[in-house]
Amino acid sequence: MTLSLAETFVQLLYLAASILFVLGLKDLGDAQTARRGVLLAEVGMVAAVAGTLLYGVGVTGVIVRWEWILVALLIGSAVGTGMGLWIPMTKMPERIALSHAFGGLAVGLVGVVEYLEHGGAKMSTLQITATGLEVALGALTFTGSLMAFGKLQGFITGRPVTYVGQNASNMAMIAGTLGLIGLLVLQPDAAWAFYAVATLGVLLGVLLVLPIGGADMPVVICLLNSYAGLAASATGFALGNNVLIICGALDGFSGFLLGMMMSKAMNRSFSNVLFGAFGAAPETKAVTEGAAPAGPAPNVGSVEEAAEVLRAARSVIVVPGYGMAVSQAQHAVRDLANVLQTHGCEVRYAIHPVAGRMPGHMNVLLAEANVPYDHLFDLEVINDDFSATDVALVVGANDVVNPAARSNQSSPIYGMPILSADMAKTCVVLKRSLNAGFAGIENELFVRSNTMMVLGDAKKTLMQFTAALKE
Amino acid sequence: MSLTLIFGLYVFFLAAFTGYQVISKVPHLLHTPLMAFTNAISGISLVGSLLAAGGHYGTVSTVLGAVAVLAASINVVGGFLITDRMLRMFKKKGGAR
Repeated sequence: MTLSLAETFVQLLYLAASILFVLGLKDLGDAQTARRGVLLAEVGMVAAVAGTLLYGVGVTGVIVRWEWILVALLIGSAVGTGMGLWIPMTKMPERIALSHAFGGLAVGLVGVVEYLEHGGAKMSTLQITATGLEVALGALTFTGSLMAFGKLQGFITGRPVTYVGQNASNMAMIAGTLGLIGLLVLQPDAAWAFYAVATLGVLLGVLLVLPIGGADMPVVICLLNSYAGLAASATGFALGNNVLIICGALDGFSGFLLGMMMSKAMNRSFSNVLFGAFGAAPETKAVTEGAAPAGPAPNVGSVEEAAEVLRAARSVIVVPGYGMAVSQAQHAVRDLANVLQTHGCEVRYAIHPVAGRMPGHMNVLLAEANVPYDHLFDLEVINDDFSATDVALVVGANDVVNPAARSNQSSPIYGMPILSADMAKTCVVLKRSLNAGFAGIENELFVRSNTMMVLGDAKKTLMQFTAALKE
Repeated sequence: MSLTLIFGLYVFFLAAFTGYQVISKVPHLLHTPLMAFTNAISGISLVGSLLAAGGHYGTVSTVLGAVAVLAASINVVGGFLITDRMLRMFKKKGGAR
């Protein structure tokens, strides 16, 4: 089939947009070129939107009303600008979860409109299958991301919520959703089945995220990213629009790939994260709730003692964790590092892949505090250096430095690669209390003879260190 | 199987493969910006939303379409802005001290 001149132009715009998105992603592979990549993708997005408006008005005559488009675009851009400029970096996981929810919502609603307006009996097998998947995935992403957001914000418990038959009932619901989509292929005008698919998607989003604990949030966020992408791709199949298929595939695979990396960093399989309900094990809970943990007591030091240790140190490796984000201590870390450096001490940062609540969370927080990124080191690069380091300063990290992962086969985190903070001559751990961390597992590191615990708010403690060192 | 589906699958898998190659080269350092970035790109669903909101459809469809435009444009604008804001912060040694 030959396209008209106008159609050709629009398709070429879509093609240009797709190429720009891929080039933009490629530029994101290096911090030096990354900002240029964002610019390329922005140009791509403008081309795609302009192409769509041209297509809708000029080629097909589908777009006939502007008031709704304009109002929604204006409000959306205003809200987006606000979210883009003023959300604190510590709230980045929450923001990402929320925007996945918006992505799922947009796609799901487009699917409903397609079914309402072009729907039912007139849809081809491909269209009805794609629309069904689109609505199911969109709805699931929407509520699943809201659940993730709620858990991150603390509206909903970060602990995994489990009940008997959970996996079986979720599986049944997934099977039911797919079955209903199959039914729609045979009977495209069965509107009840279409809305049942949407409803099941909404329910699944809630139920699938419910059993996932806070420590697994990085993987969940990646997965939701992936679902949002696949839903967008399904929209592309339904509308016969390649730029949607391409962007959806890029988004879907980026989320999938990151999720795999995160799972690998925790030494757990994808399915284990999804169905394992990490940290829900009753025996670990019992330990947490017990008044005093068995075994040796941790060596709790004063701020002055710890400051003395730091004053004598020639090399320090900082291990940041979620606790640093919670107490917004990244600037205090940087100030302390500055003072240490003026004393001739070498300061580096060891970043565990799953530290925090999303991939790369710590890198962003430290960047915000003006820590140069060439001072940040990945686990594989820096792990052997701990044994030659005077002080490992653990700021609100727990599971990523738990030696149980190396030695205790009965531990839920056994086999997970950890940062060898325990190998440093002295390990100073900043923590709010002696309670177990998010995953609910006791940490042997805290009771080691070369470990000094300094209890209290990390930011306050770090500022006291800095003040003591300046004297 | 329709030809459209075959074409679509070609596009999907080639894009997925390209994405895999490109994204696996993004260092850990930039994973959060990567997420914000792909999130902004997934705002491409704006393309479908615009057609839904501007069409000569029933009120329900128009309202749903408008909400979709709203949600997608939040992602596009917010996603790009925050990606750039993060990337601006990443500095090599020799930056502000």
